[in-house]
Amino acid sequence: MTNNSNKEKTLGEVMRSRGVSRRSFLKFCAATASMMAMSPAMIPKIAHALESARRPSVIWLSFQECTGCTESLTRAHTATIESLIFDSISLDYHHTLQAASGHAAEEAREAAMNENWGKYILVVDGSIPTDNPGYSTIAGISNLDMFMQTAAGAAAIISVGTCAAYGGIPHADPNPTGAYSVYDVIKKFSNNQLDGISSATLAKAGEGSVVSKPIISVPGCPPIPVVITGVLTHFLTFGTIPELDHLGRPKAFYGQSIHDRCYRRPFYDKGLFAETFDDEGAKKGWCLYKLGCKGPTTYNACATTKWNDGTSFPIESGHPCLGCSEPDFWDGGGFYKALSMPTENITQTAIYTAAGAAAVGVALGAMNKSKKNNAVAAHNKTTIDDLEK
Amino acid sequence: MSDFSIVQFNIQIGDDLTHNVKPLLHEIKHGLDKLVETGQTSIIDLRSIPLAPGEEDKILSMLGQGEVQAQLNALGLSEVTETQYAGVWIVTHYNDENHIISRFIEVTTMPEILCSQTEDIMAAYSRLTVSLEDNV
Ligand code: SF4
Ligand code: SF4
Repeated sequence: MTNNSNKEKTLGEVMRSRGVSRRSFLKFCAATASMMAMSPAMIPKIAHALESARRPSVIWLSFQECTGCTESLTRAHTATIESLIFDSISLDYHHTLQAASGHAAEEAREAAMNENWGKYILVVDGSIPTDNPGYSTIAGISNLDMFMQTAAGAAAIISVGTCAAYGGIPHADPNPTGAYSVYDVIKKFSNNQLDGISSATLAKAGEGSVVSKPIISVPGCPPIPVVITGVLTHFLTFGTIPELDHLGRPKAFYGQSIHDRCYRRPFYDKGLFAETFDDEGAKKGWCLYKLGCKGPTTYNACATTKWNDGTSFPIESGHPCLGCSEPDFWDGGGFYKALSMPTENITQTAIYTAAGAAAVGVALGAMNKSKKNNAVAAHNKTTIDDLEK
Repeated sequence: MSDFSIVQFNIQIGDDLTHNVKPLLHEIKHGLDKLVETGQTSIIDLRSIPLAPGEEDKILSMLGQGEVQAQLNALGLSEVTETQYAGVWIVTHYNDENHIISRFIEVTTMPEILCSQTEDIMAAYSRLTVSLEDNV
């Protein structure tokens, strides 16, 4: 996995030594700008920065997770481009993808940490159990210890997937393992609310001042692959972390709601909703709001970046958005229950739409009071019945 | 084929669903004006604009085909076509598996990616030099 001779080279040199032409490199930069939702005017700047970028060391830790995030990344549709990004980092530890295992793998992690202390990027997928260190261990090391030790020497931490970003499914009610997100674990640590950390880890965490590490959250269940690589590329290109929103998500990808970029939005604005999955409205491609669409409260890039080779996204296939990139989406009260009421700032919506206030009136009227109360009352655990409705 | 029926969305190419098609075409018109007046080029990333199924095809079919069509083989295929409106180009990049990875509308006299690049020319010079030395 690690290629030491390549480590000192710039990305431009690595690419040239692999016979990648300048023209191909320009194509790579154009695709990168597009996937990072950057203006095409940035293409020459990206080209210039990547040309001279050095390959950063990346340590990827997987805790309580389903490997869906790694699957998403390795199934990325831009095969060549993704592999170039992969080649442009030095992935020094990823226990699912690496050949080494057990103590040999841990030695590789420690070597990479020592060699690049303060400079490597730590990627985490999965949440961290805090109730009992024995709930999840790797080579006999508890997730909590491994995370705190490795975080101590990182330049930045990227929480990949909803589990690392917010706790995700392991954190869902009743959270049997005491699972928390990267951000929450560090917060608990700084408030002295964590037990079960070894003294060696405590020393290391203090030495690396864990509490001040920048954390970038890339939620989604799983996140869109190009969003993961986009964040890595941003770091590689500019040597900084991208601009983040209040939940620590890069604004380039999470800056707008699914609803804001949904092609079914004109139907929402006209108050035209599918009521069931096979009625006339569903066949005509009307808005899925009443079928439980969480698009209005969900910030993610699905509506423009899309999934499966850019083919489509859930709403385009006729299924409401589940809201997987938002905190506690699993405990949100049922995937097929409508949001209690349109959550947008109404004046804002009116400005946004050509149809204006009249259309919003229709949408609001559609959600009558009793329905709203039902929806609020139903904000508890999802049951099998909910899923089958 | 299997006997289940597939729900077809009744969205026609003619439906102006997102209201983004016309502004985009106007943007291109402004781009042409700028190109003639000041020589300034512009690029529009088609993936950055919310479009309903069929709307991208609608834009492409309205722009039509012009005199130039080029294919590049650079990390997978790329297609560069001049539309029926001279100076308006469609640049489509594919990956190894022939999936579109990005698509741009460029308003320019010649998309940059078609030009031979200085670094490649320098590498070509060295290669040719070596091959001439070897074959002497
Ligand atoms: S509610 Fe859902 S389907 Fe309807 S416009 Fe918003 S995101 Fe699209
Ligand atoms: S459409 Fe919604 S639920 Fe589906 S992946 Fe995107 S954000 Fe998650």
